[in-house]
Amino acid sequence: MSTSTHALTDSWTMTRRELAHWARQPVRVVVSLVFPVMLLLMFGYLIGGGRGVQGSYIDYLVPGLLALTMAFGLEGTMIAVTQDLNKGVIDRFRSMPMANGAVLVGRSAADMLQSALALFALMGVGYALGWRADGGLGAFLGAVGLLLLFRFAMLWIGIHLALVAGKPELVQAVQILVWPIGFLSNALATPDSMPDWLGTVVEWNPMSRTAMAVRDLFGGLGADPGHVWPAVVWPLVLLAVFFPLAVRKFGTLSK
Amino acid sequence: MADTAITVEGVEKSYGDKKALAGLDLRVARGTVHAVLGPNGAGKSTLVRILSTLLRPDAGRVEVAGHDVVRQAYEVRLRIGLLGQHAALDEELGGHQNLEMFGRLHHLGARHARVRADELLERFGLVDTGRKAVKQYSGGMRRRLDLAASLITDPEVLFLDEPTTGLDPRGRAEVWAAIRSLVGGGTTVLLTTQYLEEADQLADCISVVDAGRVVADGTADELKALTGGDRIDVVLRDAGQLGAAVALLPVGASGVSVDTDRRLLSAPVTDRMAALSGVVRALEEAGIEAEDVALRRPTLDEVFLHLTGDDRRVKEPA
Repeated sequence: MSTSTHALTDSWTMTRRELAHWARQPVRVVVSLVFPVMLLLMFGYLIGGGRGVQGSYIDYLVPGLLALTMAFGLEGTMIAVTQDLNKGVIDRFRSMPMANGAVLVGRSAADMLQSALALFALMGVGYALGWRADGGLGAFLGAVGLLLLFRFAMLWIGIHLALVAGKPELVQAVQILVWPIGFLSNALATPDSMPDWLGTVVEWNPMSRTAMAVRDLFGGLGADPGHVWPAVVWPLVLLAVFFPLAVRKFGTLSK
Repeated sequence: MADTAITVEGVEKSYGDKKALAGLDLRVARGTVHAVLGPNGAGKSTLVRILSTLLRPDAGRVEVAGHDVVRQAYEVRLRIGLLGQHAALDEELGGHQNLEMFGRLHHLGARHARVRADELLERFGLVDTGRKAVKQYSGGMRRRLDLAASLITDPEVLFLDEPTTGLDPRGRAEVWAAIRSLVGGGTTVLLTTQYLEEADQLADCISVVDAGRVVADGTADELKALTGGDRIDVVLRDAGQLGAAVALLPVGASGVSVDTDRRLLSAPVTDRMAALSGVVRALEEAGIEAEDVALRRPTLDEVFLHLTGDDRRVKEPA
């Protein structure tokens, strides 16, 4: 009868809740999948270019956009968490004998599933446009794993920021931060084409690290340890910081 | 202390500089309906949030169903139901989905949770709308579903924070009927309200709260007796004669309240019949024309204003 024995069932109940939201509003899920595809079409054709990129731009762009989509997922998480917290239902959850973190676990599970769908939607359209993953199944799974690991780190940053900001109006302000993180990266163009200082910022951006490793893996270049390790370590460092912060913040909410 | 469902001793809670609760004491007997009556900002919701383990008190001791709300929050949560001031429902899900989810979170198991959801929808007359998303519900329906959600496990203690605020008269009647049907089932109910009528209608016992403290306790009748029993109301034809008429009432001028707009004098009386005939005769002799003279019990409104010291509306004659 302790809280911990119910942690799993409660988490599953909260995940079901998120899936039930999807079932009620399938359009919202579809729209969330269309956005990255739009970015792909926009940058692939409309804006074109790919400054400083050698070889096929689509092979450069797709892994970059996959990473960018994972970074932008932070916004969705933040909005969902703030909306939830500002709804009365959270008070009922908190006054019930349920596992404290189950609400957050439900959120994570749904967001990770949504992100996985977004990855495959983007890869599907990328395939149609001529992008190919040449590294074999192992490299493919490794790349997807790295992307989802990065998304998982973004997720907990999003949860923490939402808990700190609290109100939807503040979240909008924080949201703007996602854009520089997203675009000050090598997702769309190589750092070689940028001024030195900017190139340094871009190279240190965790998202660039994930994009770089994923490009190697999809491009059949194998797992260059110098590229893969940062893509593993960065998200883990972010998680080590933001996961406990978020859980703690959630626990002390409105005390 | 098995006959006490809720014990609150010297509870304090501040938000920054603002003191929401300033040493509040309360005792609620098991199986009774207890109303906490007070104006906006009196600390009613803060009290309910502390009782339902959502907030931690700064000082004092709070026990609900025999367990400390801070140290044994989980034990308390097993035994309470909460109807907050705002609907605590998932607006995007249907009524049945909401109840089933809360049932699962109470660890009833999937099948039992579904059965329980069916039962509650039936009981609160929501079967037809069980599939519709809650955001499409009317205010009264939403409140009933909310109430149903707080009754998933037949709680020992039920908290209702302003259960009818914002409802139209019909919605209010629906919710009152639902609350009355609970009473007698042994559930202890603590409800907060700004409506004296609501406290009068539903509660066995009333605590009047003002500025984070209980200023009076008792049944509606006991509270009414606090303001001094029956009153006599006199409505004059001519507002200009109010001053003259005050002197004719059987109590000193200090006990008379004057409402110039309504040309109304009101005063407490002890001997009802003597007061009535005395006032009528005195008015006649003074040549002051009265439109209406009536004896009545004090309203809870008067009790409330009297206790919370908010007499500004009732002007004393100069």
